Amino acid sequence: MNPRTHFRLVVLYVLVGALLLVLVGRMWTLQVLEGEHYREIAAQNRTRDIVVPAVRGMILDDRGRPLVRNRSALVVSVDRTTLSRLDDGGEAVLKRLAGVLGTTYDDISKRIRLCSPTVKRPCWPGSPYQPIPVDDHVDPKRALQIMERQEDFPGVTAQIQAVRDYPEPEGASAAQVLGYLQPVTQDELDKRKGLKVTGYSGVDLVGRAGLEAQYDRALRGEPGYRRVLVDSQGRVTGTAEEQQPTSGSNLVTSIDAGVQGAAEKALKHAIDNARKGGKPADAGAAVVMDVRTGHMVAMASYPTYDPAIWTGGISQEKYDALLGKKNGEPLISRVTQGQFAPGSTFKISSVAAAVKDGASLKGIYPCPGSYNVGNRAFSNAGGTGYGPMTLHTALVKSCDTVFYRFAYLEWKADGGMHPKKNPSDPMVKMARQYGFGKKTGIDLPSESAGRIPDREWKRNYWEATKAANCKGAKEGYPEVAKTDPARAAYLKAVATENCTEGYVWRPGDAANFSVGQGNVLVTPLQLARAYAALANGGKLLTPRLGVAIVRPDGTVVQRIQPPPAEKLPVDQKVLKYIRNALAQVPKEGTAAGAFGGFDFKRVDVGGKTGTAEVYGKQDTSWFASFGPVKNPRFAVVVMVSQGGFGASTAAPAVREIWEAMYGTKDRKPILKDGKLPSELPRMPGQGAAP
Amino acid sequence: MIAGTGVGPVEGYGARRTWRGRLAGLRRLDWPLFVAVLALSVVGALLVRSATFHLLAEQGKDPESMLKRHVLNLLIGFLLGGIVTVLDYRLLRAYVPILYGVACVGLLAVLTPLGSTINGSHSWIVLGGGFQVQPSEFAKVGLVVLLAMILGEPRDGEIGPGRRDVLLALVLAGVPGVLIMLQPDLGTTLVFIAVVLGMLAISGAQKRWLAGLVGGGALAGAAVWFFGLLKDYQVDRFIAFLHPEADPRGAGYNAQQARIAVGSGGVLGKGLFNGEQTGGHFVPEQQTDFIFTVAGEELGFVGAAVIVVLLGVVLWRGLRIATQAADLFGTLVATGVVCWLGFQAFENIGMTIGIMPITGLPLPFISYGGSATFANMIAFGLLQAVHVRRHAFD
Repeated sequence: MNPRTHFRLVVLYVLVGALLLVLVGRMWTLQVLEGEHYREIAAQNRTRDIVVPAVRGMILDDRGRPLVRNRSALVVSVDRTTLSRLDDGGEAVLKRLAGVLGTTYDDISKRIRLCSPTVKRPCWPGSPYQPIPVDDHVDPKRALQIMERQEDFPGVTAQIQAVRDYPEPEGASAAQVLGYLQPVTQDELDKRKGLKVTGYSGVDLVGRAGLEAQYDRALRGEPGYRRVLVDSQGRVTGTAEEQQPTSGSNLVTSIDAGVQGAAEKALKHAIDNARKGGKPADAGAAVVMDVRTGHMVAMASYPTYDPAIWTGGISQEKYDALLGKKNGEPLISRVTQGQFAPGSTFKISSVAAAVKDGASLKGIYPCPGSYNVGNRAFSNAGGTGYGPMTLHTALVKSCDTVFYRFAYLEWKADGGMHPKKNPSDPMVKMARQYGFGKKTGIDLPSESAGRIPDREWKRNYWEATKAANCKGAKEGYPEVAKTDPARAAYLKAVATENCTEGYVWRPGDAANFSVGQGNVLVTPLQLARAYAALANGGKLLTPRLGVAIVRPDGTVVQRIQPPPAEKLPVDQKVLKYIRNALAQVPKEGTAAGAFGGFDFKRVDVGGKTGTAEVYGKQDTSWFASFGPVKNPRFAVVVMVSQGGFGASTAAPAVREIWEAMYGTKDRKPILKDGKLPSELPRMPGQGAAP
Repeated sequence: MIAGTGVGPVEGYGARRTWRGRLAGLRRLDWPLFVAVLALSVVGALLVRSATFHLLAEQGKDPESMLKRHVLNLLIGFLLGGIVTVLDYRLLRAYVPILYGVACVGLLAVLTPLGSTINGSHSWIVLGGGFQVQPSEFAKVGLVVLLAMILGEPRDGEIGPGRRDVLLALVLAGVPGVLIMLQPDLGTTLVFIAVVLGMLAISGAQKRWLAGLVGGGALAGAAVWFFGLLKDYQVDRFIAFLHPEADPRGAGYNAQQARIAVGSGGVLGKGLFNGEQTGGHFVPEQQTDFIFTVAGEELGFVGAAVIVVLLGVVLWRGLRIATQAADLFGTLVATGVVCWLGFQAFENIGMTIGIMPITGLPLPFISYGGSATFANMIAFGLLQAVHVRRHAFD
C-alpha cells in the first residue's frame, strides 16, 4: 500500500471517529441534559386543551323577562387549519359538506374566507385559528351524518352550542339597547389572558354594541377546559384534566319590557302617521326615564332591525343594509346617538336662565308677532302675536318672541358686538347645567355629546370654515348666479360676513339659541334627563340601564350604582313654576289637540312641544313630558326626525306611551299604580332546547 | 435487479472449489463485523416492531406483519451477503459494466411511468404482488464497485489514478448521480458525493482533484440554492432544519417531533415497545427514515449510544479491512462501503437529533425496507469478501 493511501486511510479513521463522537455528544445534550425539557414538551404534545364555553349571561328586564337569552343550536363549524393541510385545500370536504347542508361549495368557501378590507361579507371576521361556524340551524339528522363520518369530514365539527336568542317579551325588541355579538378578532384574543385557542366558536364572541358590549365581561363568564390525550392524528384517547366553565352572569336592566314594547309601538305609529301626512319621518326615538333613579325604562329607536340576524354569520347584503344610509342606519340608536335641534322643548332651560338673570316670575312680557333682534326680525311660528303675557303663558303658548327678547337683552348686556371680557351668557350656562352639550354617561357605548354652540364653538367653527367662506366672499357664487342671481348675491353677502367676522357671537345666534334652534343639538336621552331633572326637583341624574349583575342561581354579584347626581342650580320655586306651566300645555296649550280626551285624573302629565327647523329638511318633531305633575315618576320624550309639528307627530306618541303605562278606561295599565318593581326579579331558566 | 445478475457467476466460480476450501474461507471471516451487523439487525427488527405494531393493530391488521416481512428481508439479505462473501470480489470487475448498465436502466425506469412515488419520493419501481424495488439502493453497490475498478488500477510508477481515470470515474459516477438527483433524492445524491470523494481520496488521487471537487461542489450547491433549483419542499426542509420551531405543523414538524421523541427518552428510555410518542405516531416514517427516534425514546441515551457504537464497530472493521486488503481494488471497495454506510448513518441519525437537514435516507441495518436491507447486506458481504481474501495474493 502506498503511503499516500495509507495516510488518507488514517485521516478517514479519524474523520469517522469524530463524526460518531459528534452524534453521541449531541445525543448526550438532547437526552441527558435537556431530557427533562423534552419530556415536558412530549407531555404537551400528547394533550390538547378543548375549551368548554361558558354560557353567556342573559339580559333581563326589570321583572326578569329575558330580552336576550340563549338557545341550543347544532352548529357546524369548519377548521381552516385542518383543511389547509389537505392535498386539495379541503375542496372535496367542503363540497361534501355543502351537499349535506343543502347549500353550495361556493357559499361555504365564502363564509370561511377571512375578512379583509378587500374581502367583503360573507367572510369570517374572527381569528383564523378557530373553527368557523357555517350553519347554526342544522337539523340533528344532518349533523349526525357529519359526526358519524368524520373520516369524510376532516376539520368539520358539529356541536351543540348556545346561540343568542331574542324572545321579544311584550313585543319589546330594544335592538339598539341590547347590541350584538361578533367573533373576537385575533388581536383581541392575543390581548386576552388565559385560554386562547378554543375548540368552540361560541365562546369567542364579543359584545360589539349596546349592553352586550358594555357588560361584556360580566355576561361572558369564564370558559372551562378539558385536557384530553390525543395521538398524532388528534384522535382523543382519554381525558387528563377537566375544569368546568363558569357561566356568565345575568344582567338585570331597568328596561320594562311592557313599557319598552309600548314605546316601540307608539314610535312606529308616530312615524306611520307622519308619513301618511306626507312627511319623510326618517328616524325617531322614544325614551322613558325614571326621574327618581335615572333608570331607563324604555329606549326605542327607529329605524330598527331584528338582532337575530347577527347569529351565525351575516351576509354582505344584510350587513350593508344595517350600515347603509339607504336603510336609515338601523344600528344607530337615535336615543343616545341621534343629535337634533330641540326646538321649543329647550325653553325649560332658557326660562330658568332668564329668571336667574333677573326676569321676575310675576312679570308680564310682550309677545309680539315678530321681534327685531339687531337688524333682523325674528318671528313667532306663523307670525302670530299674543300681546303681553306671563312666563307661564309664554311656555304654554310657546311664544318665541318673549325668548328672543330675553336673549337679545342678555346679549346686549354682555357687550353686544364688542363683548366684555367675561360675558355672562346665562342661557348657554344654564343649558350646560341641564346636561346639554356633554355625554350623559349612560351605561352604553358610543354616546353622542350633542352640541351647545357658544362663543368658543363659534370661533372654532369660523376658523374651520374660514377658507371656504372667504373664497365665496371673494369670488361670489357664479354657478348659482346663472339660475338665481338674487340667491347668489345673498350667499355672497353671508360669505363676506362670515369671512370677516364669522367668529362674532351675533344677536341672532343668541336668539336662535334661546329657542333651541340654530346650531343647538341634543340627543333625546339628554332631553329626557333634563326633563327628569325638572321633574325631580333639580337632580341631574346619570341615566342607567344596568340594575344588577346576578348569578344564574340568584346570587347578586353587584348592584350597579350610578354616579352621584349633579345639582341643577335652579330654585325649587322656579322649577315648580315651570312644571305648572308645562302641566297646562297638554290641557290648553300647544299639545291640547294631541291630548284631547286624555284622562288627566289617572295621570297628570305635563310637557312641552318642540318643532325644530332643519335647513333643507322637514321639521324635527318633539314632545318632552313628565308626570304625574304633583309627584313626578317618569319623563317621556318622543322625537321624530322630519316628522313635522311637535304637537301633531311626537305628542300623540307620548300620549300613547303614558296611556300604556297608566292605562285608560278600556286598557289595563302596564304599571300597577304607576310603580316599577322595587325588588330584583327571580332568575329565569335559559331558552328551550332546539 | 443487480443482485440477480450476480447469482450466475457465483455458481460457476464455486464449482471449481471444494466445500472444505470454502469452509476454510468462512473461518477467516471478520467476526466482530459479523456480530455487529447481526446485533444491529436484531435491534432493528425490534425497533421496526415497536414502530409498527400499534398502527397495524389499530388498522385491524396483523400487528406483527411488518416485523415478519422485515425478518424475511433480513434473511434474504444475509443470504445475499453470504453469496457475495464467498465470491472472489476481483471477478466482479468483469461484471462491472453489466452491473452499471442494469443500475442505470433501473434508475431510468424510475423516471418513466414505471416508477412510482412512495412517501413523497419518486424512487420506486412497483413489481406487483406487494413487492417494490428501489434501484438507487443497488446503484450504491454499483457505484462502489465501478469506482474501485477505475481508480484501483493506477499505471505503473503512479501512486494514484491519472487524470483520464479520474475524469472517467467522475463521468461514469455522474450518470447515475444525475438520474438520482432527478428523482429527486437528495439523500442518495449526498451519499454518492461522499462515496466519490472518499474513494478518490483513498485511491491516491492528486489533492487538486479533491480540492477542485469540494470547491466545485460548494459552488454548485450555492448555485442550486440561489437559482432556486431545489424543490420547494427541499428548501422548506432546509429552513426547517435551521429553524425547526418556525413552522411546527408544516415542514418543521418531522424535525421537531423527532427531536421531542429522542429527547424525551432521557438516559434509560421508556422501555422497548413503551414509547408514548412512538405509540401515538407523532413521528412520521418511523419504521424507515426516523427509526432512530424509536431507539432514542424507548432505549434512551444508553440504548441509542449502543447503536452508534455498533455502527462504529462496522465502520472501524470496514476501515481495517480497507487497510489490510490484498490490493488497491479491495481497499477501495472497502473504503467505498465505509463512506457509504458511514455517511448514511451520520446523516440519518444526525437529522433525527437536529444536526443535519432532513433527507430520505434509511439507517443501515436498522431501518425497515427490502431494497435498502439487501443493498446493505451486499455491502457487508463485500467487506467480508475483501477480508477473507486479504492474504490470498501474498
